[in-house]
Amino acid sequence: MKLIILNDYDQASEWAAKYIRNKILLFKPGPKKYFTLGLPTGSTPLGCYKKLIEYYKNGDVSFQYVKTFNMDEYVGLPRDHPESYHSFMWNNFFKHIDIKAENAHILDGNAADLQTECEAFEDKITAAGGIELFVGGIGPDGHIAFNEPGSSLVSRTRVKTLAKDTIIANARFFDGDLAKVPTMALTVGVGTVMDAKEVMILITGAHKAFALYKAIEEGVNHMWTVSAFQQHRQTVFVCDEDATLELRVKTVKYFKGMMHVHNKLVESIPPEPKKN
Amino acid sequence: MPSNKSVSDAPITQFINCRILKDHKLQREDLWVREGRILNPEKLFFDEQGYADKHVDCKGSIIAPGFIDVQINGGYGIDFSLVSEDISGGVSVVAKKILEHGVTSFCPTLVTSPAAVYHKVLPQVKVHNGGQHGAGVLGFHLEGPFISAEKKGAHPEQYLRTFQSGGVQDLMEVYGSLDNVTMVTLAPELANSQSVVRELCQRGITVSLGHSVANLSQAEEAVQHGASFITHLFNAMLPFHHRDPGIVGLLTSDQVPAGRTVYYGMIADGIHTNPAALRIAHRAHPSGLVLVTDAITAMGLPPGRHTLGQQVIEIQGLHAHVAGTKTLSGSIATMDMCVRHFKQASGCSVEEALEAASLHPAQLLGISHNKGKLDYGCDADLVLLDDALNVKATFISGEEVWRKEP
Repeated sequence: MKLIILNDYDQASEWAAKYIRNKILLFKPGPKKYFTLGLPTGSTPLGCYKKLIEYYKNGDVSFQYVKTFNMDEYVGLPRDHPESYHSFMWNNFFKHIDIKAENAHILDGNAADLQTECEAFEDKITAAGGIELFVGGIGPDGHIAFNEPGSSLVSRTRVKTLAKDTIIANARFFDGDLAKVPTMALTVGVGTVMDAKEVMILITGAHKAFALYKAIEEGVNHMWTVSAFQQHRQTVFVCDEDATLELRVKTVKYFKGMMHVHNKLVESIPPEPKKN
Repeated sequence: MPSNKSVSDAPITQFINCRILKDHKLQREDLWVREGRILNPEKLFFDEQGYADKHVDCKGSIIAPGFIDVQINGGYGIDFSLVSEDISGGVSVVAKKILEHGVTSFCPTLVTSPAAVYHKVLPQVKVHNGGQHGAGVLGFHLEGPFISAEKKGAHPEQYLRTFQSGGVQDLMEVYGSLDNVTMVTLAPELANSQSVVRELCQRGITVSLGHSVANLSQAEEAVQHGASFITHLFNAMLPFHHRDPGIVGLLTSDQVPAGRTVYYGMIADGIHTNPAALRIAHRAHPSGLVLVTDAITAMGLPPGRHTLGQQVIEIQGLHAHVAGTKTLSGSIATMDMCVRHFKQASGCSVEEALEAASLHPAQLLGISHNKGKLDYGCDADLVLLDDALNVKATFISGEEVWRKEP
């Protein structure tokens, strides 16, 4: 595991965006070789999406040969509802970049048969050759995607009933009215994310500090589903100073001491010389 | 890249590098058009997995809904009220020329005329969409002849009429048909006018109050019967008085039925309305302000002397005088000038200035589900402007109909 500690949210967002950019560039995607990217929603990744859009507009990276798979979507919320994850992805990312519609996959929470929809999503990931890089955020209770505390750590894409805490936390997006908050969601499983070649988890803010502590300093535990990634061969946690508040000094110092090494991962990649 | 053939074969145009006027704000968004209407790109992306076939680089321009002029008497040497032989040719000339001022639809306006003129002229010009041939015609604005002799302005007195036979009958006698009429200006103090107001509103025709000596309660009664507009506020009506504010008082009246808005036309050329008066109206009732040119024959003609009908007119700047006199012979301001002047004189935002020439007239005419907005599904009638609100290009139904020479 790598733990990347940046000063603040903006720097963490930028680091994560550069990391994704470099992964895509080094993969050299093309019409016969798509880069597969798992994507989260929520406030944490917003800064990272802004940076990626900037890199796209500068011509540093293209999403023409990228396939994306989103982690989750509410059940029964109209697709064009401003709080749907379809709307989120469109407004905060897809409409600004050159991704093709047929390559952007989001679970359909209005599908007639939700179970079939979930199975089809897994099949699409498999057909695309698995996920190269799955980017995620976590909730204060350590949930990744909508894998609420107590979710199986080998779970696959499925229908999930949301925890009361999550519903209350989401009420602010639905006029503060609990009755309007969707109570179910479709979500990739912990196992689905574990299958990715690489996983990057963004954690920022003091309110996530305890979750980060549970994620990396305590044992693997299904009550803190993000802790499962201790058993993933290639996981990188990107956080800001505030998120480290519950960590041991020793942990923080160790990983800060590694920053000069880790920062090499986000250095600009010189464009390839054109072959004649 | 292909658009989705299963939904529509029509090509999709994406306007990029622009700020669009939407939800009362300029927003950095692209604008998508298919089949002449504004398309929801999110639906296109997720439902159809479709793409734009063509990009229009707006180079940072503002995109506003095309301007709508509900009161224009002519221009470029043509007076709609005096060309009864070939009114449709005259309307076409002006329709084409006003594209360069960002106007994408308009109401040709006839001043008080004898019944024979209405009978001859009204059937000749049908309501029609705009296009390469020019701005769309929304229908006639008939200003008169049911107006006050005291406030007739430039209208010929001998043709003024009253509702002596009870109202609607007089109206039909004079106009003949109301098929291509979208607005009628009348004086609400005329006896029997209220039944006329009701009848016109029932037929979907906007009733405007003007050329009138009505007091406030008469004006309010007309509004309660359905009138919704004031023709060139301050001009040709009783001046504001604090014990009877007259028609002007409608701007702050508490007798307007809930949910209704009274709109008012404003000639913002800096000549017909003093900037201070303009500010009074705007601050009292910003959401009702509709910019109109009230332009006459001389609009669009170069400076100098012009012979128009029986008169010689001298144009200097924005002033058009009867040659050798100080008599103003009408407004010659273009719509884009009015937008710029309104913004400068009122200190309002760019958004407000543009909406006064687009959203408000559309709301007034009850066509804001199609025009005056850049919402999904609306007609793609667009005006591209620079930051100083100079028109750079005009589009109707998504098609470029005018562009400024580079």
